[in-house]
Amino acid sequence: MVDSKAFNKDSISNILIVAVSVCLVCSVLVAGTAVALKPAQLANKQLDIRKNILRAAGLMGEDSLPGEQVDELFGQFSVKIIDLKSGEYNDEIDIDSFDQLKSSKDPGLSNALSGDDDLATLRRLERYSLVYLVEGEHGLEKLVLPIRGYGLWGTLYGYVAIEGDLNTIAGLAFYQHKETPGLGGEVDNPDWKALWAGVKIFTPDGSPAISLVKTRSAAESTAAAYEVDALSGATLTSRGVQNLMRFWMGDMGFGPFLKNLSKEA
Amino acid sequence: MSTAKDVFLEPIFNNNPITLQVLGICSALAVTIKLSTTLVMCISVIAVTVASNFLISLLRDYIPTNIRIIVQMTIIASLVIVVDQVLQAVAYDLSKSMSVFVGLIITNCIVLGRAEAFAMQNGPGLSALDGLGNTLGYGLLLVLVALIREPLGAGTLLGYPVLHTVSDGGWYYTNGMLLLSPSAFFIIGLFIWAMRTWKPEQVEDPEYQISSDAQLMETV
Repeated sequence: MVDSKAFNKDSISNILIVAVSVCLVCSVLVAGTAVALKPAQLANKQLDIRKNILRAAGLMGEDSLPGEQVDELFGQFSVKIIDLKSGEYNDEIDIDSFDQLKSSKDPGLSNALSGDDDLATLRRLERYSLVYLVEGEHGLEKLVLPIRGYGLWGTLYGYVAIEGDLNTIAGLAFYQHKETPGLGGEVDNPDWKALWAGVKIFTPDGSPAISLVKTRSAAESTAAAYEVDALSGATLTSRGVQNLMRFWMGDMGFGPFLKNLSKEA
Repeated sequence: MSTAKDVFLEPIFNNNPITLQVLGICSALAVTIKLSTTLVMCISVIAVTVASNFLISLLRDYIPTNIRIIVQMTIIASLVIVVDQVLQAVAYDLSKSMSVFVGLIITNCIVLGRAEAFAMQNGPGLSALDGLGNTLGYGLLLVLVALIREPLGAGTLLGYPVLHTVSDGGWYYTNGMLLLSPSAFFIIGLFIWAMRTWKPEQVEDPEYQISSDAQLMETV
């Protein structure tokens, strides 16, 4: 194959030819695979989001279900986009192509947060958010909202499910976080997540009061309804979860939307 | 010139990349918490190394000496991206739980090591076989480590319960340390010890002799 006399593999021309052709072939290979597999990857991502929403709502266990079953369960949700500030539905944005996390980085679709407003350390807050509703015979049965906030090592991403009374948590699930395994990572512990069901969100005057505490108040006291056990050995993660819950349930987050919904009901 | 059989079998026991050369330890710590991720990691590393050894061997007469490492890295990196993309498409949950470690195959010493040490000097068929042998040796050890870590650490194997854990109402207290990276160090260390007891010729000669403590001798 190689003509030993005429061919010098260390000549400058050969270096250039090899470098350029290796780069070309490799980039075509990588780009080709990425484009060819994109539809399958997007479908996987969507399925994953749906599974997380179902888990938060308590409609699906930790086990993996086949894709069709997930889609069927998810069928009971109606997906809507809301304007976070006014709390009203927005029908103009295409739900299928809306990427909420991406929009939170887009200056045109988000606002900077600073100081006391930025309880969950998000830095930027998107203007529009997806919400997932389950409507039953007696109106709203469950509402699933995307939440996120800073823990100890990074942002926790998750969903919170709220009962139809708009004041009781039905479930909570984080699908992505960087907390320490065994300590803050216990936010994934099913036993701990089960503690969230039934916790009240708002005080009678309408401000979010969820607290993660070391010692629960006496069961008959008013404070006890808003309390969840903090995670042992994970003070900063617990504080982060408390902050992000208060942020997203507050006026900067889904507060206006929840008020509108309860007026309708 | 070594025979095909030697090229394939040597790295599995006699010249195992982990127990003898102590390469590829980083991924051995990270992915052996669960057997399922370990298997996916092994398959990915096998695919990448076999393909990269084959391709680099095909091109070995054309790759200029000055930029050979860059060319090798470009080929390896492209293959790793392809594997990562395929995993995201067919095994999304697993690829998510392995996060960056699939991408880090690029920096796995075994892949580049075999390309540079073997594929640059040997034919494509033999090089592919060498890649397969080395990564099988790597995979074998990873699977053995995972077989210890997953059952003792979480009471499961491939996600199915094998030891009835206390949290499920059974008798087995899970050992959390086995889920943390240091445990893999201990396990790999024990494997290396066992391997070198079985094959004493693998024990390295000491690089220097510790001299006797003269002062201490005098005081005695």
